[in-house]
Amino acid sequence: MSAAEVVVVPTGTANLASIRAAFRRLGAAVVESLEAERIAQASHVVLPGVGAFAASIAPLRASGADAALVARIAADRPTLAVCVGHQLLFERSDESPGVLGLGVVPAQVGRFGGDVRIPQFGWNEVTGEGRLLRSGFAYFANSYRATEAPGWTVAMADHGGPFVAAMERGNVLTCQFHPELSGAYGCDLLAAWLAC
Amino acid sequence: MLTARIIPCLDVADGRVVKGVRFQGLRDAGDPAERAWLYEAQGADEIVILDVSATPEARAHGLDVIDQVRQGLSIPLTVGGGVRKIDDAAAFLDAGADKVSINTAAVADPGLVAAIAERFGSQCCVVAIDAAMREGRFEVLVKGGREGTGLDAVAWAKQVAELGAGEILLTSWDRDGTRSGYDLSLTAVVATASRLPVIASGGAANAQHLAEAFAAGADAVLAASIFHDDETTVGAIKQELAAMGVRVRL
Repeated sequence: MSAAEVVVVPTGTANLASIRAAFRRLGAAVVESLEAERIAQASHVVLPGVGAFAASIAPLRASGADAALVARIAADRPTLAVCVGHQLLFERSDESPGVLGLGVVPAQVGRFGGDVRIPQFGWNEVTGEGRLLRSGFAYFANSYRATEAPGWTVAMADHGGPFVAAMERGNVLTCQFHPELSGAYGCDLLAAWLAC
Repeated sequence: MLTARIIPCLDVADGRVVKGVRFQGLRDAGDPAERAWLYEAQGADEIVILDVSATPEARAHGLDVIDQVRQGLSIPLTVGGGVRKIDDAAAFLDAGADKVSINTAAVADPGLVAAIAERFGSQCCVVAIDAAMREGRFEVLVKGGREGTGLDAVAWAKQVAELGAGEILLTSWDRDGTRSGYDLSLTAVVATASRLPVIASGGAANAQHLAEAFAAGADAVLAASIFHDDETTVGAIKQELAAMGVRVRL
């Protein structure tokens, strides 16, 4: 079998060097594209996303990548979403009132509550097992999070209360944390998804 | 619940790791990529690289170093040293840094903090504050600790938080190189005032010092010489911390 090609969807000023390096270490070729056709055809697609919810979804709306992503998720094609990319799958976020997400998950994203530092920066314990997901420690950098994901298998973490650290459904995996920065735990998770 | 982070720091000049009291009596401590990868394998939670090269030519070489480190590193990488404008930050991020640390330039132009936070996000924007006790208060120092600014370190920490900084890398120049432990009062007062995650730096010699910094309110601790000298490993320090009841990622 030839090496997998991973299409990374650039959503703005996200720094993609780490995610590129992570997939290169796993032997996959990485290309960037916002084109709907390319996203529809690719064997594996990654939706990263750093920055604000509204700023991250805007280029997807503009290029038609939004519909291509929703379609491939509905068709259970291997798709990975990371950090704000993970949040974009929800209906909306308190970060950008009035802006719709992709609406794949019937729930909303809110700001961390409780007496904790915001943003959450650092390694938190992730608990939950799935076909791809395992329990372990992962690296987070976020101010917003979802607390439920109906219809998905979830792994949870706690920062001022439980939140969705990652979720999976078939060949679709989304992580609030950064698997590309989560050491051996993250590498194993990316490898498992790449094998989908 | 977040774990306490241990961050080895590599001071890099002309493509090599150097050590000693910063900028004085530099000794070679090896290849930056090999060191960074070794520390990740030992359990380091992040890596910080500070480019202390003296010339622009050596700094350009620093970008190659960052790229090389990144190829084999799967934990967060913060890079600082010589960031004067937003393009310098962009170059570090493109080369493979996850966060950029700014110091002297932030004092000269606080707008740079806001510009980096706005363009790349607060999670990318680390402000390094060098401080020392002067006449009963903590004063911000710049240019590698050689120059006072008259700025109050606590007020400056609050200001950078408002400007959008995501973390503060806080170095005590009274403690740096002394091996007498972190400046706990500096750490506590800055963590409380800024409400940002604080990385304590300067003075660590053993696990007890690290535990004290966490108790004082640090989210993370930076250490260099204790790891470079192979006196101990990140893993051994974490085991000691766990035994003291500090929550670490093992």
